[in-house]
Amino acid sequence: MAEPLLSVKDLKVSFRTEDGLVRAVDGISFTVDEGDVVGIVGESGSGKSVTMMSLMRLITDPNVIYEGEILYKGRNLMGLSQDAMREVRGEEIAMIFQDPMTSLNPVYTIGWQIEEQLNEHYDLKKGQARRRAIDLLAQVGIPRPEQRIDDHPHQFSGGMRQRVMIALALSCNPDLLIADEPTTALDVTIQAQILELTKNLKRDFGSAVVLITHDLGVVADIADRILVMYAGRIVEEGNKEQIFYDPQHPYTWGLLGSIARLDRPKPRRLTTIAGQPPSLINRPRGCSFRPRCPQAFERCSVEDPALTAKVGDGHLDACHLSVEDKRTRRDATIRPELAESA
Amino acid sequence: MATFAIRRALWLLVVLFAISVLVFLIFFATPGVDPARQMAGRNPSAETIKNIKHEFGLDRALPIRYGLMMKHMFISRDLISYGSHTRVIPEILSATPVTLSLVFGAAVIWVIFSILTGVGAAVFRGTVIDPILMILALIGISIPVFWLGEVVNLVTQSRLHDFFLFSWVPPLGYTPLTQDPLMWFEQLVFPWLTLSVLYIGFYARVLRANLIETENEDYIRTARAKGLSERRVLLRHTLRTSMITFVSLFGLDFGILVGGGALLTEVVFGLPGVGLLTYNSLTALDLPVIMTTVIYGAFFITLANALVDLLYAWLDPRVRPA
Repeated sequence: MAEPLLSVKDLKVSFRTEDGLVRAVDGISFTVDEGDVVGIVGESGSGKSVTMMSLMRLITDPNVIYEGEILYKGRNLMGLSQDAMREVRGEEIAMIFQDPMTSLNPVYTIGWQIEEQLNEHYDLKKGQARRRAIDLLAQVGIPRPEQRIDDHPHQFSGGMRQRVMIALALSCNPDLLIADEPTTALDVTIQAQILELTKNLKRDFGSAVVLITHDLGVVADIADRILVMYAGRIVEEGNKEQIFYDPQHPYTWGLLGSIARLDRPKPRRLTTIAGQPPSLINRPRGCSFRPRCPQAFERCSVEDPALTAKVGDGHLDACHLSVEDKRTRRDATIRPELAESA
Repeated sequence: MATFAIRRALWLLVVLFAISVLVFLIFFATPGVDPARQMAGRNPSAETIKNIKHEFGLDRALPIRYGLMMKHMFISRDLISYGSHTRVIPEILSATPVTLSLVFGAAVIWVIFSILTGVGAAVFRGTVIDPILMILALIGISIPVFWLGEVVNLVTQSRLHDFFLFSWVPPLGYTPLTQDPLMWFEQLVFPWLTLSVLYIGFYARVLRANLIETENEDYIRTARAKGLSERRVLLRHTLRTSMITFVSLFGLDFGILVGGGALLTEVVFGLPGVGLLTYNSLTALDLPVIMTTVIYGAFFITLANALVDLLYAWLDPRVRPA
């Protein structure tokens, strides 16, 4: 197997606070191959965004502590100087943020902001950057890019601004594109357009994409592989089919069960995951999900389950239940209407 | 943008007209006050009062009185101070360059140093430099300008005047720039510094707060994610957007100071500017002068306001008219 584009090894990100050390990301490892689309799913506070911000070393909080390795094309990003890291940002790894309404600087034209990035990374002649910016805007589907390039962000709608953000991210042909909940702030029809655009651009630009979301519907659409995060750790990892058709971790079941689906008989009500995520300062003993897990038994409160492959190639999960138990129990959570009728 | 500027200019005229009417009413139509006696200064002769009554048409209708006053002020410009028996308008016109020299110089100093201090404090946040700078700024804000001016005078004019550092300081006063530029500069250095201390402190604190607030904006994170250097992020993104508040404050303060707000500094340093003129007319109850300086001050403040609006539109495209 070729060397992966990105390989994160036992990454830990913690913040020193007055109350103690907050372990936002607690030892996660994953790889992204060239051209791959990896979806990271989890609820708010599960460490998805912190992980991605760490990849770019964008966390400015002076109280942050990083541990572990982030190997990008064989180079450890954690060991790079600030200047070397700047070369990586924008040019090799680019990022799309959650809220397009606030992610563009309101006082500059969008053309200026795209050209600024191009000029930072390339030695371009006058006019070249502008032509490239117009091309990019056309590629992300902005109508009349020659005119719109001189508009300011407030003159665009949310969906259009997200397109501008994507154009900005793609301007230097990055090999890795990190999209941090790119559709969360948009309404549903625009979400679909942006996802479609992301898919097409991934094909055209050949970038690998890491897509962070709390919406399993979004990853179902475009992700090749899916990581499910809970409380700063990966609890399940697998490809799309494995996660959706053979989910192993009760947390994944909960996520799947809380989606409203149109292709199945209407359940009386959607299931929810009871309770709150645990404190990241004092993690409970044993499995982090135990306090909220309806399937928990004695072993769960004593022993922290490791992320291991139990059912198949590349399908990892961190749960003590036996595979048979999981398969018989999970439908009660994911498809309660079946369990009731049975 | 051009139509916006014209609209703003027309609006400026409306405001100035309203202010002149208001000032007129205060001075001429306050019930129970005889404006002629008020204007005539202390111990006027009966003849002077009669003259004034005729000059300003005090026996005629209000609009005519307003017209006559405006005529004396701006057209024939023969409004006379009955206290000093000089013409008011030329006096104000000769005081204006003094005030402008003082305020311009101080403004240059306060803009440069407040930006340096504010940016310095924001950049070194979390280190000991930040609180030190902010305490200095607070001290600057808290020192009364008249006290500071007197101390400066005491040091540079008498106590340490023979000390080599201050031996170049000329006596208090004002020399026009056209007459002797070096003298102009030397006489104004300490008034500039004294006047700017308060504003350096104030603006540095405002700017620091703005910078720190802007630093948390999403678009600053975007700027970093683009691979820009910290220096560029600071200057082109954080500072640029933080300057919007700074500039609007600056316009207003500048207008107020040119309009006579530098009164205390002018009095302390014996600069014959508009502030000193206002001060003297107030102590002598010289109504024509007070009236004119009020209108003069209002003119500069509203003018500064209009300029700030234009500058604001230039700085922040969101308020730019489509």
